[in-house]
Amino acid sequence: MKIGVLALQGAVAEHLRSLQLAGAEAISIKRTEQLEEIDGLVIPGGESTTIGKLMRKYGFIEAIQQFSEQGKPLFGTCAGLIVLSERIAGQDQPHLSLMDMTVSRNAFGRQRESFETDLDVVGIDEPIRAVFIRAPLIQEVGEQVQVLSTYQDEIVTARQGHLLACSFHPELTDDYRLHQYFADMVQEHIANQ
Amino acid sequence: METGTSRVKRGMAEMQKGGVIMDVMNAEQAKIAEAAGATAVMALERVPSDIRAAGGVARMADPTIVEEVMKVVSIPVMAKSRIGHYVEAKVLESLGVDYLDESEVLTPADEVFHIDKHEFTVPFVCGAKDLGEALRRIGEGASMIRTKGEPGTGNIVEAVRHMRFINSQIRKVTNMSKDELYAEAKNLGVSYDLLVGVHEAGSLPVVNFAAGGIATPSDAALMMYLGADGVFVGSGIFKSDSPEKFARAIVEATTHYDDYKLIAEVSKNLGAPMKGIEISKLAPSERMQDRGW
Repeated sequence: MKIGVLALQGAVAEHLRSLQLAGAEAISIKRTEQLEEIDGLVIPGGESTTIGKLMRKYGFIEAIQQFSEQGKPLFGTCAGLIVLSERIAGQDQPHLSLMDMTVSRNAFGRQRESFETDLDVVGIDEPIRAVFIRAPLIQEVGEQVQVLSTYQDEIVTARQGHLLACSFHPELTDDYRLHQYFADMVQEHIANQ
Repeated sequence: METGTSRVKRGMAEMQKGGVIMDVMNAEQAKIAEAAGATAVMALERVPSDIRAAGGVARMADPTIVEEVMKVVSIPVMAKSRIGHYVEAKVLESLGVDYLDESEVLTPADEVFHIDKHEFTVPFVCGAKDLGEALRRIGEGASMIRTKGEPGTGNIVEAVRHMRFINSQIRKVTNMSKDELYAEAKNLGVSYDLLVGVHEAGSLPVVNFAAGGIATPSDAALMMYLGADGVFVGSGIFKSDSPEKFARAIVEATTHYDDYKLIAEVSKNLGAPMKGIEISKLAPSERMQDRGW
């Protein structure tokens, strides 16, 4: 099982480490051709405007949409969640438009409002420590989307079939259970082929 | 729920990795920087090269400029306080700035003490030219380090020197035995525990960006090649002939720092970069890197 991390900008190394702990072979993806080598892709945290712009510039929008059409799993964290969603509240064009949901950027406020907390996630036994940094939240989701966790009644983790997204940064802690959850999705996809 | 934890502050800097943080002096420049793909902007009254030209005491920017920039961009906004100027830092924090730079580009307010950065909710970035300085700043609570370089010169040589030196010191520390680490902590003037952390991890506990003299896409890529986690570009963008082109090109060269054809492509027809200054022509009093201790 080989999982890629989109390496245009952001916290790439942390995701690679967490994926390795979850038992996957993990590689950085900088060129669209590399998508052929992998079974699943993580879109990391970073600045969504920067990542979106570079994705457009290097043809990653169409390439990742095709990757997703093959049923290959995608996991977006923070900026990655924004990039995956169909609608971004109050501004710009969406990027990949894959998940049927509306996200709100910097929804908790500025950096001084960034925080960490314990969070229950459906499918994971004990709460995980979730680090929210200038985090987005999911305002509303379509029927196909399953809500996996909420914080103060706001949706912060969601899954739509082979697509997984969270507002926080599971890669910033040593707890790799959410990466394990994603690696299991990838494993399941491989098994079903 | 906890705010201002070390994980939240350092994590914010992790999200900037592979990115370009650009100095801007007004809302219009901030919009240009964001559109070009900057991961953050540094709101300033004057860029370092103008500070050099103007002389006199350089202070925190007028809050109006900071607020104006915060209003027009969705990316993080950083601002600079003078070294040791607790109140400037508190004022900037109260404005809601996302990251503070306790910076040698401004005239130091204290020649002995840096700000105790632990008590702030907002994270700090600080400059360093060697491992000792980097770890002293981290000990005071800095959540991100950048090379000092020599700001406002458009000359990369000092940033290269600082990045190479810090990384060679880290390699040396990584190979030390435990008894050597006690003596090295004393030599460097740093906490033993922080030094052991470097020894075990083989890196600083926070991200390390390059700053101070980056003027071209190749300069940015060189710093990434030397191990920088990302770059700050001060005067290099808005003192060039075509800021929009330079900004976009530097962003791409930072992402693809090892793709030389791409760097060649983005470097075409950019017009003139900022005019540089030969470091040896600077009087000792004009060397910003010597500020901070």
